[in-house]
Amino acid sequence: MTRWLPRTYLTLVYLLLYVPIVVLVVFSFNDSRTGYAWGGLSLRWYESLFNNRAMVNAMWNSLWLALSAATVSTVIGALTALALHRYRFRGKKLLNGMLFVVMMSPEIVLAISLLALFLLVGLQLGYVSLLLAHVTFCLPFVVITVMARLSGFDESLPEAARDLGASDFTMTRTVLIPVIMPALLAGWLLGFTLSLDDVVVSTFVSGPSYEILPLRIYSMVRVGLKPEVNALGTLLLVFSLIMLMLSQWILIRSKR
Amino acid sequence: MHSVMQQPFKTAVLILVWGWLLFLVLAPNLLVVGASVMTRDPVSFLSLPLNLDAYRQLFDPLYLEVFLHSLYMAAMTTLVCLLIGYPFAWALSKVGKQRQLILIFLLIVPFWTNSLVRTYALKLILATNGLLNSALMSIGLIDEPLQLLYTEGAVIIGLVYLLLPFMILPLYSVFEDLKQELLLASHDLGAGRFSTFVHVIVPLTLPGVLAGVMLVLLPAMGLFFVPDILGGSRNLLVGNVIKNQFLDARNWPFGAAASIVLTVTMAFLMFAHRLSKRRIGEEGA
Repeated sequence: MTRWLPRTYLTLVYLLLYVPIVVLVVFSFNDSRTGYAWGGLSLRWYESLFNNRAMVNAMWNSLWLALSAATVSTVIGALTALALHRYRFRGKKLLNGMLFVVMMSPEIVLAISLLALFLLVGLQLGYVSLLLAHVTFCLPFVVITVMARLSGFDESLPEAARDLGASDFTMTRTVLIPVIMPALLAGWLLGFTLSLDDVVVSTFVSGPSYEILPLRIYSMVRVGLKPEVNALGTLLLVFSLIMLMLSQWILIRSKR
Repeated sequence: MHSVMQQPFKTAVLILVWGWLLFLVLAPNLLVVGASVMTRDPVSFLSLPLNLDAYRQLFDPLYLEVFLHSLYMAAMTTLVCLLIGYPFAWALSKVGKQRQLILIFLLIVPFWTNSLVRTYALKLILATNGLLNSALMSIGLIDEPLQLLYTEGAVIIGLVYLLLPFMILPLYSVFEDLKQELLLASHDLGAGRFSTFVHVIVPLTLPGVLAGVMLVLLPAMGLFFVPDILGGSRNLLVGNVIKNQFLDARNWPFGAAASIVLTVTMAFLMFAHRLSKRRIGEEGA
C-alpha cells in the first residue's frame, strides 16, 4: 500500500497541472469558432494571428524588451554577484537584504512604486520605463543563480591568477567569467522568460507608445474567449519549453 | 591584499549596483510611503496637507469588506496549496533520484510558461459551456451547466493553479534535508507514526511551510489578472483595489496605503520565517 499511494497521488497532481495546458494546445488547432465544441483540425487561428499586424508588432516589441532586459540584468547581476562573493564592503548585508526583498515583494508593490518614480522624474512611459522595471525584477534572480555557481568554486584559482601578477580586472575576465558562464546563460534565459511573461509590472509602467504581448493578451482575454489566444499561448508554451530545456541542459552539462 | 590598482573595478561595480538599487528600489518605495500620507489631488495626483486619511479609508466598511474577502481567498488558496503540496513534496522526496530530476523539471515547466495564458486555459475548462460542464452533463451527473466561472471558487482554483509550484518547491527542499536518522531515532524511542509526525516532522519542515506560505499568500493577494479573467467584479483581490486606485480612480494615497498593507504583511511573514529557521538551528546545534 505504501508504494502505490504516493505514486498515484503524484500522478494525479501532475495531471491537474497539465490538463489546462493540453486543452489549450488541442483547442488551438480547433476549427470551431465558438471555442468550446470540437470542429475539426485547422490552422486558421495561427493564420489570423500572423495576419494581425498589431499582434505581430507587439510580439516583436516583447521579444526586443525581453532580450534587452535579460542582457542588462545579466551584466549588472553578474557584477553584483562577483562583488558580493569577493569583496568586503560596508552595507553588504543591506545589499543582500535589498535583493531578497525585491525578490519576495509582491510584484504589484514594485509596480506602483516604479510608476510613482517615473512620473515624478517625468520619464515618458514606454520602452525605457519597461526596461528599467524589468531589469529591476530580474536582477535578484540573476544574482542568486551566479552566486550559487560561485559558492561551489575553488578559491585557489583566482589566488593563483593574482599571484601570477594578473590585475583584478584581468583575473575576472580570464578566470571568473569562464567559470560562471553557465550560470550567466541560465540567468539570462530566466530573465528573458520572466520579462516575456510579466503582466503585473508592465500594466503599470507601459505606455501607448510601446505595446507588448502580455498586455495585448490581457486585453483580449478579459472579455470572452478568443481562439487566437489559444494559438498564441501554444506558441509561447513551445518557446518557453525550448528556453527552459536549454537552461537546464547548460546547467547540467556544466556540472559534469 | 588588494592593491590600489584593483580598487577602480570594485568601486565601479559597487556604484553601479548601489545606484540601481537606491534609485529603482529604495527611492520608489519611500515615494509610496510618502504618497500614502498625502492628500489626493485630481491634477497632480498628490498634494499637501499630510494626513492619515488613506489609512482611515482602509477601514471604510466598503473597502474593509473587499480586503477581508481578498484575505479570505488568499488564505484559502494558501491552505489548499499547503494541503496539496505538503503530501506532494513528501512523496516527491521519496522517489528515486533520477526520476526526481524529471519530476522537478515537470514542476518548473508551468513556472516558465505564461501565467496569463494558463489562467485563460482554465477559462476554457470552467466556462458555462466549457469542458468540465460538458463532461459532467454527458455522463449524466448534472442536467444543467453549473455556474463555475465568475465565482469565488474559480478565483481560488486559478490562484492555486498558478501558485502551487511555489508551495511545493520550498517544502520539497526541507523534506530533502530531513534526516532519516531522526525519524529512526524517534521510532526507536517508542514514538508512533502520528507522534513522530507531530513532534519531529512538522517542526523540522516548518521553515519550508512558512517559506511556501510567504511565496503563495503574497502573490495571492496581488495577482489582479486572475479575478479579472475568472472572478467577475465581485471577487476582487487587494491587487485589484490597488490597480483601480492607481490607474482608474487616481486616488494615489489610498492605493499606496493598500500597497503598504501588503508590504507589512510580507515583513511579518519574513520575520516569522527567520524565527522558525533560527529555532531549528539552535535545536540542531
